[in-house]
Amino acid sequence: MYSGGQLDEEKVFKDPVHRYIHVRDKVIWDLIGTKEFQRLRRIKQLGTTYLTFHGAEHSRFNHSLGVYEIIRRIIDDVFVGRDHWDHSERLLCLCAALLHDLGHGPFSHSFEKVFRLDHEDFTQAIILGDTEVNAALRKVGDDFPQKVAEVIAKTYPNKLVVSLISSQIDADRMDYLLRDAYYTGVSYGYFDMERILRVMRPREDQVVIKRSGMHAVEDYIMSRYQMYWQVYFHPVTRSAEVILTKILHRAKKLYEEGYRFQTEPVHFLSFFAGNVPLGDYLALDEAIILFYFQQWQYERDPILSDLCQRFVRRRLFKYTEFHPTNEQMTRLIELRELFKKAWIDPDYYLVVDSSSDLPYDFYRPGEEGERLPIYLLMPNGELRELSRESVLVDAISGKRRTDHKLYFPADFLEDLSTKRTVKKKIMEILKG
Amino acid sequence: MLTEHAKVMKALAAAGEIAGRKKLQKMIYIAKKLDFPFYEKFDFHFYGPYSEELTCRIEELCALGFLHEVKEKKSGYVQYRYTLTEAGEQFLRHYDWDMPGLAECMQALNEQNARFLELVSTVLYFEHLPRDEVKAKIAVLKSKQRYTEEEIEEAYAYIDTLRSQCNNKARV
Repeated sequence: MYSGGQLDEEKVFKDPVHRYIHVRDKVIWDLIGTKEFQRLRRIKQLGTTYLTFHGAEHSRFNHSLGVYEIIRRIIDDVFVGRDHWDHSERLLCLCAALLHDLGHGPFSHSFEKVFRLDHEDFTQAIILGDTEVNAALRKVGDDFPQKVAEVIAKTYPNKLVVSLISSQIDADRMDYLLRDAYYTGVSYGYFDMERILRVMRPREDQVVIKRSGMHAVEDYIMSRYQMYWQVYFHPVTRSAEVILTKILHRAKKLYEEGYRFQTEPVHFLSFFAGNVPLGDYLALDEAIILFYFQQWQYERDPILSDLCQRFVRRRLFKYTEFHPTNEQMTRLIELRELFKKAWIDPDYYLVVDSSSDLPYDFYRPGEEGERLPIYLLMPNGELRELSRESVLVDAISGKRRTDHKLYFPADFLEDLSTKRTVKKKIMEILKG
Repeated sequence: MLTEHAKVMKALAAAGEIAGRKKLQKMIYIAKKLDFPFYEKFDFHFYGPYSEELTCRIEELCALGFLHEVKEKKSGYVQYRYTLTEAGEQFLRHYDWDMPGLAECMQALNEQNARFLELVSTVLYFEHLPRDEVKAKIAVLKSKQRYTEEEIEEAYAYIDTLRSQCNNKARV
């Protein structure tokens, strides 16, 4: 058990987004030192985005510390002493903030799609299982790991605590927008977080924003909207993601068919089998994945080899806009047949990617009972949904914007040394 | 290609018309928990299991003209109704596979109201816990809905009925 719970001397981490991250609680310091938390250093926050924005090499470790720091400031500087805020929940909030992404795996979006996994299940397993993280949390109290797990799973009874970590304007989103903007080098991710923190107010079930802070929130919503379209949905990043996903599909299929790998996928075996023990999950990080991709460039299977070369050498698929109307769907079926005739497997080389395939969202007020919107606290104490007060937010959240792209290997199609006629026909169709 | 979109549309085609996004969310979640192959990721939100991925997918289907969305003003709030369009029906013809039992399941779910489906989906979300713990969770997390003991028992009975119907259909 922790006696006193505080470190003799405050520790600080230098951080490019928040300047300093302050640690005063022993449990936080111990959690940061666990092997499960240190593993997050080896998992990039933005997956394949570094292939588009070369600065985007930051990790989930940086982001997790950032979310912790934002929550610490909200609690210690803004909420303390206010109505509805129960200060005995402080340590729980800090731990949940620090650990909220603990179960993310390498390139987790693709991994989750291919192997039908959910990183949140692994977050729960790490917090509740036989791990260093669990041991550190149990020093606070026997039921403390369970409480932290419930906050992260959004099933903790105190909804205000949950909304700090996960809501339409939470510490997670605020940190990743600022951090991703900083590391990608784009200018449109910035907003005045200090101002938002100052106007946040605790209510029984959620955090609300004082009406006087509406313009800072508008800026946050705009930043979220811009980052969504300019960074998270960048078509080149999506191309890399498509290739990564196809590599995993191909490796799994080859394994199931009994293909003899030159470099055996030993770290993937439980993933292929669909039953992943926590130890196997934690053993996999991006360095290991990239090792296999490096090695598989030289496999005999031409598809696996080609896809890995594409990823490693950044020889990505090209894309064209694809609006899947019925006419275009018919054309897509025709294209698939032509690809087969050109000896290019359409299951791996002709891919439709949609905005709903990506794990980001922008703000929508939605429908009553759908999910909780952002509320403004009016001077008379009334709560008003943000888009009802802000013309700007109403304008961008009312517009539906979706996006579909069709990815293909232009270099294969431009090589007319084989199947010249059919490839020309394919290119004609793709060029519309 | 666009298989996940097609699955959601098959569900909507079977249901006919769905009134309310909340209801639609809960119907797909319940179908997923009954082992129909929906792969949208659901998290627990303020109003029970919710999938942002499904919301985006529905938006895309509306934008493509495959779903018809009608916005209705109810007393103090807005509700959306969804039906398949002719273009949507045509789109579905590209997918000749079937999900046995889905149509009956969606029709049965659509006969229930959103409040009850919210309860059923919440029970399913905590299904791995003992029944008493599930009841305690509902009492705390859904305190504003004031679900009674009878309603919770009804939800359990309803889940059993749905499961046996789906299993029978899948076997046929």
